[in-house]
Amino acid sequence: MQQMIGKQSIEFTNPPGILSAASVVGKKEGEGPLRDYFDVIYEDPTLGKDSWEEGESELVHQACLKAIEKSGLKKEEIRYVFAGDLLGQLIASTFGLKDLDIPLFGLYGACSTAGEGLALGAMTVAGGYADQVLTVASSHFGSAEKQFRFPLEYGNQRPLSATWTVTGSGAFVLSGKKCEVVIRGITTGTIVDYGIRDSMNMGAAMAPAAAAVIYQNLQDYRIEPGYYDRIITGDLGKVGKGILIKLLNDNGYDIMEQHMDCGIEIYDNQEQDTHSGGSGCGCSAVTLAGLILDKLKSREWNRVLFVPTGALLSTVSFNEGQSVPGIAHGIMIETRGV
Amino acid sequence: MNYIWAFIIGGIICVLSQILMDTTKMLPGRVMVTLVCTGAVLGAIGLYEPLLEFAGGGAAVPLTGFGYNLWKGIKEAVDSDGFIGLFRGGFKMAAVGTSSALIFSYIASWIFQPKMKR
Repeated sequence: MQQMIGKQSIEFTNPPGILSAASVVGKKEGEGPLRDYFDVIYEDPTLGKDSWEEGESELVHQACLKAIEKSGLKKEEIRYVFAGDLLGQLIASTFGLKDLDIPLFGLYGACSTAGEGLALGAMTVAGGYADQVLTVASSHFGSAEKQFRFPLEYGNQRPLSATWTVTGSGAFVLSGKKCEVVIRGITTGTIVDYGIRDSMNMGAAMAPAAAAVIYQNLQDYRIEPGYYDRIITGDLGKVGKGILIKLLNDNGYDIMEQHMDCGIEIYDNQEQDTHSGGSGCGCSAVTLAGLILDKLKSREWNRVLFVPTGALLSTVSFNEGQSVPGIAHGIMIETRGV
Repeated sequence: MNYIWAFIIGGIICVLSQILMDTTKMLPGRVMVTLVCTGAVLGAIGLYEPLLEFAGGGAAVPLTGFGYNLWKGIKEAVDSDGFIGLFRGGFKMAAVGTSSALIFSYIASWIFQPKMKR
């Protein structure tokens, strides 16, 4: 049963389905253009806890519970959880998941974690290693600013190329059962480093990685961009989008018509003053759980290439003057029977 | 008139810093360090002292004033204590500013909680 295709892709013989999804977001996301697609909107940024970090863990916890509830399963029926976030040593996931008592694989893919989790979860289900798995990713504006940029109390000014970290968590239950929406295949990204050193311009750092994985997906599957209804990147923002379109154009693919970016969709840039757009693990995760799966279920779209993008820096590597390498993962999400 | 000059000179220092923030890739921390160093250098070549007399708080309150203070403290200590003053003067002169920043932040943290940006 050969499931490898091309250079770095998988085409599942029995595509695992997305049984249910849940999105839990903060106030700002709840005021944005996608507000009607989210399951739960919390006004309180710490969700009643003492810190941003504990608040983020609570987002993870609530997203998981909601996704499990919507799947109609009991939590004991979930065999593994694949989880990740942006905080050091994955504390948001750890403290958010410790009460669930589900075997855990902790992942770090920066903002591409939602894709990494879905890819590994899909492989686990397709390989017969689990009948149901849960994948979850989260980010929080307060905790991310504190770790990667400046604590909010400092009142730092943000340049126009900076993105706004999404406060939110998206969780997905993948299953071998028949589902409306399935993961047809995946293309796993490589680390792409163009030597960008600006932590306030992540879009430019991640766009080459997104371009590389989209190119490889089209090559491996021998398809044209027109195969997809949408090619949806995670959090390139406006600056990164321009670079992505140009890089793919230079390599013979025009994705102008299909391309969409979760970071651009999630906020109203004019009204909400978010500069280059949304970012963070939560950005692509909640947009997939909300908007994208909704459009697929209603069959407005039938084929989507979901490409969350991550910037693989740490505060140490950055402060020591290293570049910001990017990574992106391609997940082919399709409605059943197309 | 004192107030007006303080406003103008202080304002010019802030505008120059804002230009650095907006047009270069320098992170805020580096802009701040640049200001402190500039103040110390301007003090050493004798330019900051007259500016301070002229603009008062306009030159003392921005970080350049802090840099000038560091330099001045070190100079005075070296003059009176010799070599060892190099290690004492800066801290002595900056002690009030630094400690008050710490103490007032601590007091503020009793009363206020950090909030999300809107």
